[in-house]
Amino acid sequence: MSTGTSSEHSEHVFDTTDVFQDTAASFDTVAKAEASPDVKQPFRELGMTEDEYLRVREILGRRPSSSELAMYSVMWSEHCSYKSSKVHLRQFGEKAPKTAALLVGPGENAGVVDVGEGLAVTFKVESHNHPSYVEPYQGAATGVGGIVRDILTMGARPIGVMDPLRFGPADAPDTARVLPGVVAGVGGYGNCLGVPNIGGEIVFDPCYLGNPLVNALCVGVMRADEIKLAKAPGPGNQVILFGARTGGDGIGGASVLASATFDEDGPAKRPSVQVGDPFMEKVLIECCLEIFAADLVVGIQDLGAAGLTCSTTELAAAGTGGMDVRLDLAPLRDSTLTPEEVLMSESQERMMAVVEPAKVEAFLAVCEKWDVTATALGEVTDSGRLRMWWHGELIVDVPPRTLAHEGPVYNRPFARPQWQDALQADAPTPERLTRPANAEQLRATLLRLVGSPNLADKSWALEQYDHRVQGNTVLGHGEDSGLVRLDAARPGTSLGVALATDGNGRFAKLDPYSGAQLALAEAYRNVAATGAKPLAVTDCLNFGSPEDPDVMWQFAEACRGLADACLELGTPVTGGNVSFYNQTGETNIHPTPVVGVLGVIDDVDRRTRSAFEREGEILLLLGDTRDEFGGSEWAHEVHSHLGGLPPRVDLAREKVLGEVLIAGSRDGMLSAAHDLSDGGLAQAVVESCLRGGHGARLVLPETDAEGAPLDPFVALFSESAGRAVVAVPRSEELRFTDMCVARGLPVARVGVVDGTALEVQGQFTVPLDELRAAHTAPFRKLFGHSVVDA
Amino acid sequence: MPARIGVVTFPGTLDDQQALRAAAAVGAEPVKLWHRDKNLHQVDAVVLPGGFSYGDYLRAGAIARFSPVMDPIIDAARDGLPVLGICNGFQVLCEAHLLEGAMIRNGDLHFINRDVKLRIENNRTVWTSDYEAGAEAVIPIKNMDGRFVADERTLDALEAEGRVLARYTANPNGAARDIAGISNAAGNVVGLMPHPEYAIDDLTGPYPGPGTDGLPFFTSILKSLVSA
Repeated sequence: MSTGTSSEHSEHVFDTTDVFQDTAASFDTVAKAEASPDVKQPFRELGMTEDEYLRVREILGRRPSSSELAMYSVMWSEHCSYKSSKVHLRQFGEKAPKTAALLVGPGENAGVVDVGEGLAVTFKVESHNHPSYVEPYQGAATGVGGIVRDILTMGARPIGVMDPLRFGPADAPDTARVLPGVVAGVGGYGNCLGVPNIGGEIVFDPCYLGNPLVNALCVGVMRADEIKLAKAPGPGNQVILFGARTGGDGIGGASVLASATFDEDGPAKRPSVQVGDPFMEKVLIECCLEIFAADLVVGIQDLGAAGLTCSTTELAAAGTGGMDVRLDLAPLRDSTLTPEEVLMSESQERMMAVVEPAKVEAFLAVCEKWDVTATALGEVTDSGRLRMWWHGELIVDVPPRTLAHEGPVYNRPFARPQWQDALQADAPTPERLTRPANAEQLRATLLRLVGSPNLADKSWALEQYDHRVQGNTVLGHGEDSGLVRLDAARPGTSLGVALATDGNGRFAKLDPYSGAQLALAEAYRNVAATGAKPLAVTDCLNFGSPEDPDVMWQFAEACRGLADACLELGTPVTGGNVSFYNQTGETNIHPTPVVGVLGVIDDVDRRTRSAFEREGEILLLLGDTRDEFGGSEWAHEVHSHLGGLPPRVDLAREKVLGEVLIAGSRDGMLSAAHDLSDGGLAQAVVESCLRGGHGARLVLPETDAEGAPLDPFVALFSESAGRAVVAVPRSEELRFTDMCVARGLPVARVGVVDGTALEVQGQFTVPLDELRAAHTAPFRKLFGHSVVDA
Repeated sequence: MPARIGVVTFPGTLDDQQALRAAAAVGAEPVKLWHRDKNLHQVDAVVLPGGFSYGDYLRAGAIARFSPVMDPIIDAARDGLPVLGICNGFQVLCEAHLLEGAMIRNGDLHFINRDVKLRIENNRTVWTSDYEAGAEAVIPIKNMDGRFVADERTLDALEAEGRVLARYTANPNGAARDIAGISNAAGNVVGLMPHPEYAIDDLTGPYPGPGTDGLPFFTSILKSLVSA
């Protein structure tokens, strides 16, 4: 057990000019708060409004102590309370499709889905955008660490991570600072944890230049009867803090309180970006899983945003309702920390468990085995109050629900932006944007697009991630979805889960309602393309300032679109994250809802790859192609244009396409499947050719869904949704096309796997080597550099 | 009784489960060894698996080398116990002076996870006897400090004594003389930066295949133990 800090606080923090001079203690206490109601408190510096501050006073019937003020300020922050988004997020529950698969829904650390064989899978995506701009390596690293702890907290072994990333222009000097740091941070932390990185995205757009998006997704597996929840039931049960010591990192607002009592030449303000230690987290994962296996906890919570404040209040609020904590027992890295700083520190790799007294000894023994520091800080009570002491003085005495669940809720004003109509009217018609007019120009367009930053091969970055560790990665980078076998929870099983994340900010800017739906549709399609049945959704909603009615409208529309689409596709949102205030200078980012879809596959041997592997196989295009270039990669890359409407959404079509792809995989009809999205048919075929090392002869369809003529440019580069290209053995072609026709899914024969070049008949031919160079060289040229001659 | 292959878990070890799986896949009895163990539980061979033991703090392998379990391993290795160090395990063997040389940061300063082609230069060890001499094998690398270095005299000696176990056919990290793995003079202690335990089946192994080129490391040791 730690003895915490000693009396050096009195030397450091005591300030003869402040209000505390008349007592021995140098820190604010509940007693002082009662005795000095008129002290001016720095609530504004902590990000609270006057109304919020007055509400705290009303709840407590007095002014808050500075520790209490710190706690309310952080728990009622946008990040922790979802105060601006709550009213819109509700519809994910209200419109959720009824499914027996959902074991734990939104509100817990992560949602949990039943995947069969007595196994449950938990997954969630979160943002770590702002820290990653300030300090790319640590921001991204601790983003991975935080989401992995959320998954671990549910009782699951983390079995995969993915990182959807957005950056400013690829050739911008600041991108050269941010991207390599973020990629190294994702790898540096995840690789050391031993959780395979199985997918993600890297997308560039000027709107992210001053505000990159670093989202992190984790998936974990457990036995369905071993789900753990964040609650502290049972008076007398012990509250144990374990893992890393608490340091001064990650303290944002608390330094306002702390520095208020520092001399001018005292310590500088604490850094507000956390620093991660993946080794500690790896040990913590194994320690926790051993604790779970021995059934030693009744509740558990990780320490993420708002650190000890959040974990104690959430555990207490969800449990019997009360908790007594001796805060000064928390092991510290820095003995000069004030109680406010200890409460708000976001030091990484810490967990809090609620343990029955009879099991404390066994709990501590497991921690000792893994060399993990563990300290009993207090116990659960039925007082309905969360009380904390610091060196014998009561510093916190609050009803925990008022922090965790009863924070402010804002119905922020929103309105369709005035510029929205003009944006949508600026459609990428042939008159507005010059299109390639002949075979030579089409060929040049294809080579330009496959080498453009958004569509180019990202191996330079993806090779920095360990995708093999744990030995269960069946599909990883370069496939439509990441797919892992669930062997960690049931050795020998053939059961697997697939995951894909997608989110096109340009589409969402043109129309946030359908943009969010397109993100879901694409991830859904990607999961189905590998043969897995989509089950559930997680979302990371990255938006600008909620105080801007334009942004709030985008947010409201995106939520409505996503909730409606989830209902129609039968895949509930199980949890996620909202990130507001994403701005480059004064300009809000494109609304960027990133959607992750989880699917299940009974037999991982049946998964479908995206590569064209066998000569002579037939290429079929599934779905309808229309002249749809609003928000397309071509308009973006070639014309820097954003206008018009995004591709049409047809969720019924997505569902049928998904069924066909899954059935084709299960029944062994498909050799390859690849979804069509950014860059259209051309990009999909190029990727599948290069991955399989085989060329293709393409015969482009000559008419669109309505029978109107389809020009080669539209056939190659349109981004119409609800489409995929598949390769089938000749012996399966009839059976497969019959299935498509029976289900009403348009199917067209568009070519054959053949040779060492991509030939678009009647148009042009590009040798694979030339394609490969165009596709793989640009990213390494932008970001790679070799220090030695390897 | 099947041959017992022990796999050591240090704090921060990541590839222990996969090494155990590879041992089981060839019919050996996988045995978990803990870093605090003071004896080796009658194992017939030891694998020091990959990962980031002690977070690679100080230097990769530098702290793990002083774990209690390393005392009996070092003693037994000197008496001929077959020991295979993979990736971080190779680094531990170097730190323990069971093998020469050291691993430094990859040439491009990045972590590299890639399927690479190796040429098996020495198939006379107990860990490589199932390969044809000069055979090529596709095996993944995944490391940050994978670049083998040693002074010229040591490198010349390794070459002269035929102790270069495997070389990269396309050097990914600047390793001296393309060296991916070496053995000790007796041939029982082998260090290898690539991960043969992740190339044991077509489902999860290198793509496009072959996905099973790592298996001979494990069939080799099994045959050697069974015939011993």
